Amino acid sequence: MTNEHDPVRKTYKLYVGGQFVRSESGRTLRQLDARGAFFANCAKGSRKDLREAVRAARGAFGGWSTRSAFNRSQILYRLAEMLEGRAAAFTELLVTLCGRDRDDAKREVAASVDRVFWYAGWCDKFTQVLGGVNPIASPYNNFSFAEPTGVVVVVAPRGGGLIELVSALLPPLAAGNACLVLVDADVPVIGLELAEVVATSDVPAGVVGVLASEITELVPHAADHMDVNAIACFGGDPELRRDLAERAAANIKRVAWFDERSVVDWLADEGRSPYWIEKFVEWKTSWHPVGV
Amino acid sequence: MSEFDVKEIQPQAKAPRPPRTDGARELLFGDLWEYAPSRESTDLVRLDPCYGHYVGGEWIDGGARFEVLNPATEEVLTEVQAAGPEIVDRAVEAARDAFHGWATLHPSRRAKCLYHIGRAIQERSRELAVLETLDNGKPIRETRDVDVPLAAAHFLYYAGWADKLDYAFPGAKVSPLGVAGQVIPWNFPLLMAAWKIAPALACGNTVVLKPAETTPLTAIWLARICEEAGVPPGVVNVVQGDGDTGRALVSHPGVDKIAFTGSTEVGREIQRTLAGTEKRLTLELGGKGANIVFEDAPLDQAVEGIVDGIWFNQGQVCCAGSRLLVQESILDTVLTKLRHRIATLRVGDPLDKNTDVGAINSRSQLDRVRRYVDIGVEEGAQMHRLACELPSRGYFFPPTFFTGVAQSHRIAQEEIFGPVLAIQTFRTPKEAVDLANNSPYGLSAGVWSDKGSKVFAMSRALRAGVVWGNTFNQLDPASPFGGYKESGFGREGGRHGLLPYLEIKG
Amino acid sequence: MSYVLPAIPSVDRVGADARAAVFTRRSIKNEAKRAALATMVAMTDLTTLEGMDTPDKVRRLCRKAIRPIPDERVPSCAAVCVYPPFVSVAREALEGSGVAVAAVSTAFPSGHSFLDVRLDETRRTVEAGAHEIDMVIDRGAFLAGEHARVHDEVAAVKEACGPAHLKVILETGELQTYDNVRRASQIAMDAGADFIKTSTGKVTPAATLPVCLVMSEAIRDHYLATGVRVGLKAAGGIRTAKQAWQYLVMVKETLGDAWLTPDLFRLGASSLVNDALQQWERLETGRYQSADYFSED
Repeated sequence: MTNEHDPVRKTYKLYVGGQFVRSESGRTLRQLDARGAFFANCAKGSRKDLREAVRAARGAFGGWSTRSAFNRSQILYRLAEMLEGRAAAFTELLVTLCGRDRDDAKREVAASVDRVFWYAGWCDKFTQVLGGVNPIASPYNNFSFAEPTGVVVVVAPRGGGLIELVSALLPPLAAGNACLVLVDADVPVIGLELAEVVATSDVPAGVVGVLASEITELVPHAADHMDVNAIACFGGDPELRRDLAERAAANIKRVAWFDERSVVDWLADEGRSPYWIEKFVEWKTSWHPVGV
Repeated sequence: MSEFDVKEIQPQAKAPRPPRTDGARELLFGDLWEYAPSRESTDLVRLDPCYGHYVGGEWIDGGARFEVLNPATEEVLTEVQAAGPEIVDRAVEAARDAFHGWATLHPSRRAKCLYHIGRAIQERSRELAVLETLDNGKPIRETRDVDVPLAAAHFLYYAGWADKLDYAFPGAKVSPLGVAGQVIPWNFPLLMAAWKIAPALACGNTVVLKPAETTPLTAIWLARICEEAGVPPGVVNVVQGDGDTGRALVSHPGVDKIAFTGSTEVGREIQRTLAGTEKRLTLELGGKGANIVFEDAPLDQAVEGIVDGIWFNQGQVCCAGSRLLVQESILDTVLTKLRHRIATLRVGDPLDKNTDVGAINSRSQLDRVRRYVDIGVEEGAQMHRLACELPSRGYFFPPTFFTGVAQSHRIAQEEIFGPVLAIQTFRTPKEAVDLANNSPYGLSAGVWSDKGSKVFAMSRALRAGVVWGNTFNQLDPASPFGGYKESGFGREGGRHGLLPYLEIKG
Repeated sequence: MSYVLPAIPSVDRVGADARAAVFTRRSIKNEAKRAALATMVAMTDLTTLEGMDTPDKVRRLCRKAIRPIPDERVPSCAAVCVYPPFVSVAREALEGSGVAVAAVSTAFPSGHSFLDVRLDETRRTVEAGAHEIDMVIDRGAFLAGEHARVHDEVAAVKEACGPAHLKVILETGELQTYDNVRRASQIAMDAGADFIKTSTGKVTPAATLPVCLVMSEAIRDHYLATGVRVGLKAAGGIRTAKQAWQYLVMVKETLGDAWLTPDLFRLGASSLVNDALQQWERLETGRYQSADYFSED
């Protein structure tokens, strides 16, 4: 008689304030695999979970945004390292849950690691490339530098793609924002699995949160929330997008669309840009007289 | 106001020869040597009885007439027509038609058009200054020294970008967006038109500009200047009218980009209107700027900064320093200096070259200012204002400040957009930052301290798009301007000012 | 007890320059201009401080100071300012005119001599008939941080002046920063200066509007703190009436109308008066004037 290992199944939880927590609502989502078989239960985030997650993000924002850009980049490099370490697991998940061809899945994970790595290096460079000294006509030292916008909600793409998720999350994160990722009910596990990578990679508690739920349930509350400063929305049907944009006006949120139509191949270089970091910063211009 | 305990700042009459030493210790700002009236001539400005819209290179009529008042006299200057949807339609159509030609015009020719506009503004600066003062009510000193030269400088600055766009954003391919609908406010009519039109044109877009209904005139002159500068028909269009015209423009399906400067309330409405469309949007909205004075500040310059911060353009400035935060230890000193300084402000005829504070732009704005002052008094804050003789006609309001203001007071939280300053105190830098950032707005802030490291620390901690260290209300075409939070998004000025008008790939 | 400079606000150069520029943009027309022209003549210390000065030259200047032009609405100048050897000549020439005799003292213009020599020079100059003494501070000592020494020397000269009024020349061109100007102003006032004065006229830059603004702010704050009104004298480089009325605007809007008197504001100049007179005639006649019609001294 052989003692064959029976795998212990994981309960996927929400990631809020650096903790993996069940939903206050007690609800769960059923994650099925690509063939329709049961894979796992995931905590299903509620309106109140969103409230807590925004609170945690706001609490984490000050510390994250005032760290040195060098330190932020080191932490995001560490995120790339951790993701690399779980490459096999993510490949497996993409095959199992998203029905990817194994080679495609491997390529996607590799590209995702590279994408994190690429953005990590931008942390201490973009403000130098995109900001600078302004040559004004009066005796003042005048320069513009980028500061993160604040709490950014990232509406992850449907379908569970890892490359799209990191491509949408990393620009606001590299900018120094506290990011709250909303992943849709269709494939919640990829996003929640990424939360585990975040949790082991020195990213301070609360800087990244992940909630899984029906997107249509949480997006209106996120868009209404007066303490959310910006939304990065990946895809979404026209009605969701319209509704989101309309609600976002409540506190003049910045809304950035990651439009699948504008990028054909997210794995390619067209899927990354320092100008996407720019969408999640506020330019501050500082003046000071020059004179003795 | 007599029922309230109002502290009036009284200029003194004829000063006698003073003794060497006296116990009064009060400065006398009186009329021992009075400046004679020095009124700028209005001869240069000839107004037609009525103006229409500039569409496709032609002046067209259409829409109900409304009167344009001189806010300093309440006299009717002329009439202007309010564009309805069909005029807006024609303007957008004209801009669409002109887009391809303009966008593909050789960049150096676009550059020269902008350059010629800038030069023409300089050449006609006197006329434009007088016209702006008549239309807006702001002192000729400001239109002459600030509005008009800065408007010209803005065109000259962006002229230089028109043929260098490939170098503006490293690694990116840029292209124009199409037709920009631009809605501007009444506080800096010509300057705001320049801020909107110059970068849009430099990037190869065409524009439909809607000036504010109380200040439509300098945009008409600017349209004429554009024509003379060789801007092709349809590249710049000006439609006149009020909020209805603005709504028609904002919601027009032929517009690719909206740029709005004005109140947060209207900005919010525009953002909602654009929801679900592909239109780009930039907003430059309200503010409640905190001007923070530390005990180690260069105090006399700080007082100038306070005065410029809230009484420049009668306080009708989105980046105004409408909240003064003074370190507790120097409150009395600062208030004394401020009282003396206010006593020298000259309120009255905006056309007089010695006037410092002119007219509020409109009756409704004056009512708003009065309402807020009443609220401030009712809330229990102590009002101080310059006891000056105001002209019997026109929308004037004296420079006013409140002490004993709490953060919860409405005059400390809401944008008044007038010559009314709310003064609060703080004890520590952290307290100052907390007070300053405790606002839905985030447009401007000022820090006054002789200690460099403190100025930098404060500059970083303040959530505002512009932080003036030991100065206030400075503007420059090369300097990006715009807000955090509910003060809007997008930047105007500098290289950053190109971004809202370009598609960026890469 | 040794003098310690009290805490005073720092001065931001760019802000002070910007404020001063505002005064130059005041529009002074018609009656305001006429009043300004008369006032600036009355505030002028008509000055000759040349190695080639002679008694005759001083007498001519005194005559000019008493009656600048025949038009009696134009007042006499405030004072004639000379080197000590010419005090008695000037005193005689000005007797009964109301025009004061001012003399530079204390090893003008450098101030580099022995203190007892400087004090003796001051006492003898007053004895010779000077109503006003224009002393120089030891800029070297000031720049070396010896504030107490500067203070004590000014106080000693003040004592040596007896009844004569003391104007303390800071030589702001050598102090260079506005912070230094403000500090030196404070030291001079604390030591009992009746006037503080910008310059000797021998160093460039001499008087500038922002420097005088900084000095005025020091004077104003000193008055508000002590009740003592100290005067201001702008000297050197003021050649046109337009420049002069910009100073008047600055004084009016910084110190108030109480300072618009020769008792509290002076202009040290030589060529200014004729420009003012030409402008006066221009207002009277409507014609632009020629230097040929105004006596050189």
